[in-house]
Amino acid sequence: MGGYILKRLAYAVPVIIGLSIIVFGIMAAIPGSTALAILGSFATPENVERVNRELGLDLPIWQQYFVWVGNILQGDFGHSYILRRPVLDEILERFSATLILAGASLILCSIFGILAGVVSAVRQFGWTDRIVTFFVLIGISTPAFWLGLLFILIFAVQLRVLPASGMYAVYGGGDLPDLLRHLILPAVTLAIVATGVIARLTRAAMLEVLRQDYVRTARAKGLDERKVIYRHAFKAALVSIIPVIGIQAGFVMGGAVYIETVFQWPGIGAMLVNAISTRDIILVQGGVLLVATTYVLINLLTDVAQALLDPRLKT
Amino acid sequence: MKKLLAGAAIAVLMAASPVVAQTPPNVLVIGQIAEPQTLDPQVSTAANDFRILTNVFEGLVRFAEGTLEVEPALATEWTISDDGLVYTFTLREGVTFHDGTPFNAEAVKFTFDRMLDESHPFYETGPFPLSFNFADVTETTVVDEYTVEFTLGTPFAPFLTNLATNTGVIVSPSAVEEFGDEFGRNPVGTGPFRFEEWASNTRVVVSRNNEYWGDPAGVETVVFRPITDANTRVAEMLSGGIDIMVEVPPDNVAMFADDPTFTVYDAVGPHVWYVMLNAKEGPFADPLVRQAANYAVNKETLVNDVLQGTADVSAGPIPPAFAWAYNDAVEPYPYDPEMAQQLLEESGVEDLAVTFYVTEGGSGMLDPIPMGTAIQADLEAVGFDVTIETYEWNTFLAEVNPGLEGKADMAEMAWMTTDPDTLPFLTLRTAAWPEEGGFNSSYYSNVDVDEMLDQARMETDPEVRAALYRDVQQVVHDDAPWIFVANWKQNAISTANVEGFELQPDFNLTLRNVTKQ
Repeated sequence: MGGYILKRLAYAVPVIIGLSIIVFGIMAAIPGSTALAILGSFATPENVERVNRELGLDLPIWQQYFVWVGNILQGDFGHSYILRRPVLDEILERFSATLILAGASLILCSIFGILAGVVSAVRQFGWTDRIVTFFVLIGISTPAFWLGLLFILIFAVQLRVLPASGMYAVYGGGDLPDLLRHLILPAVTLAIVATGVIARLTRAAMLEVLRQDYVRTARAKGLDERKVIYRHAFKAALVSIIPVIGIQAGFVMGGAVYIETVFQWPGIGAMLVNAISTRDIILVQGGVLLVATTYVLINLLTDVAQALLDPRLKT
Repeated sequence: MKKLLAGAAIAVLMAASPVVAQTPPNVLVIGQIAEPQTLDPQVSTAANDFRILTNVFEGLVRFAEGTLEVEPALATEWTISDDGLVYTFTLREGVTFHDGTPFNAEAVKFTFDRMLDESHPFYETGPFPLSFNFADVTETTVVDEYTVEFTLGTPFAPFLTNLATNTGVIVSPSAVEEFGDEFGRNPVGTGPFRFEEWASNTRVVVSRNNEYWGDPAGVETVVFRPITDANTRVAEMLSGGIDIMVEVPPDNVAMFADDPTFTVYDAVGPHVWYVMLNAKEGPFADPLVRQAANYAVNKETLVNDVLQGTADVSAGPIPPAFAWAYNDAVEPYPYDPEMAQQLLEESGVEDLAVTFYVTEGGSGMLDPIPMGTAIQADLEAVGFDVTIETYEWNTFLAEVNPGLEGKADMAEMAWMTTDPDTLPFLTLRTAAWPEEGGFNSSYYSNVDVDEMLDQARMETDPEVRAALYRDVQQVVHDDAPWIFVANWKQNAISTANVEGFELQPDFNLTLRNVTKQ
């Protein structure tokens, strides 16, 4: 198992290097520049040149790339041109906020998605199945940013039971209940689409397993139906459900980009959007590197979990 | 599983049960449009940063409330030499920075040398993008503890108003020495509020400066919260999460105005929104065609319907916020499509196909896409064939600033300035064509205008200066290098328990007089 994990980790290295080159290239290719973002209407050619010189942006792009890589290898992620603070401070702070949000919604969508899928499969074509399927399809089809605004309108503006945005109260607060209060709306919003996807695929996986001979055998030998479903069928179905959850983990991280903007959650998605519009290449690079590494790790975890459940896959 | 669900439900209810608290009394929470980039006043270029900075720092002079006319602040009086080259300021005594450093002539010299002198030990804490406002200063001299003298290379009349802008405020030398590059995250000034905390992406907190030389501020603490999404900002205002919000989307203003628990503020600002017309080539090279475009566009509809009354129709290149230099006699071009068609016929220009650069959004650009399409429709109604090309702001500037030649015939643009000189000087002179390093991207050129602007800049008598600017407005209006569209009225909303708040024409957020129940 250890060798397998190491091998998978080694594959990740070229992926991340390739990605960083692509991102650097794209950021260099799009028109506009950091200097323009700083100077705005006041961007005369000489001001642009001066800001570029002072920020070290007058080097050719490939040199900037190698300077960046060289510094990273020494553990230095550089200074954001726009925010004027160390990139590492910014992305770690932002990333932990994203992890809290994405983690919470992944837990929510896994629990409710699997539950809904199993129930749906067991009662295939029954009323429960239809009702669950109905809500699941609505969940999949609703744009999450719209749902987020709707939730804000209902729970923050009308009922005033939950805060509209942010991660902590700006005055007082700062403890766990405060964080949970702020977490509920964005986490639920982000979880809803993923819940639908997991529910649909869990249903399909369960249905397939429930048709297998060994399930019929288990039933035939008079096993309690609950045991048949949870101990025999569900365990087998998990092999196909886990990669779906892995994909959804990536999805909630990606979905965080716009949900973070709607709820002003200070996460890495919102940071990347800002950094791209200000052409803060160093910050974009740092953020992308971290997100990419996370994706790779999530994939790895998914594969490992699958391999543990189904030894045939360990190749 | 059931237990787990029940547990989760209870946790959710417990977390949700306490009704969200209103902001506490004496603490003012401001909904900002973005995270500040820096709180170093000489480094910053963003109105969003200035709204915080203006409460922490002060300059030698400041704009009197509600006007763009200078009054004493850290300087009590000043004299200007007859040749307009030497400005001598007498400083207020007994003022200290928030870190205890005494305010004196050395601090003034330090502030300007840091920004202007490349050999200054803290010049590295830049770049200082707006330092060109003081580029004519050749030397800052400490005459004695409380007297400081600026020597200019050439007479530069806007110097005094530039000292009242956020780029001209005085920083604590010992704080710059202590924090260096990090001064922008640890700002120390002399203002009515002292900086307390900057929690990235969450809040900037300032508190009342109890040693302030003037009347102490009305609230103990001000919290600035970045809320980049306009809808979310509105929701926070409605749910009681913030006390004051700025830059209210036009669609929401009416809703707040109808609700007695909120107060709506608006004020004119030194802002001009215009469409520059390529005077070098294509149909707009003919002044008649440019005038026709001005008659063809229905500016009333733009400000009343698209911008829902959050702007006024503009008449020329200098906005009415500069009351002392504004020419009331210049009327906006009326909406008159027949006149436009007549002028087009007169001009004899036949090819009326034009390319129009529109941006998706940007500083002061208001609602650029709907405005651009409305202008397109009006122009097409009189015979133009307008093709819109849309760019994201940063890209847009990269396309427009180097000049429109060979690419486009017209482009949207907006400026906010603090002196009537700035915008015409940078965008209308022949010497400001892009290849000369200016922003005259549409190549307008009129020798009279060039001369008047150069003269106004040297003139230290405000009356004579004002007269020159009034003439510039008339000439430029008639030459029509732009379609003059709108002057933005800045707006803000507060809850009803906020008192003493007023918007300022320089777009600053002055909070020293604000109180809150």
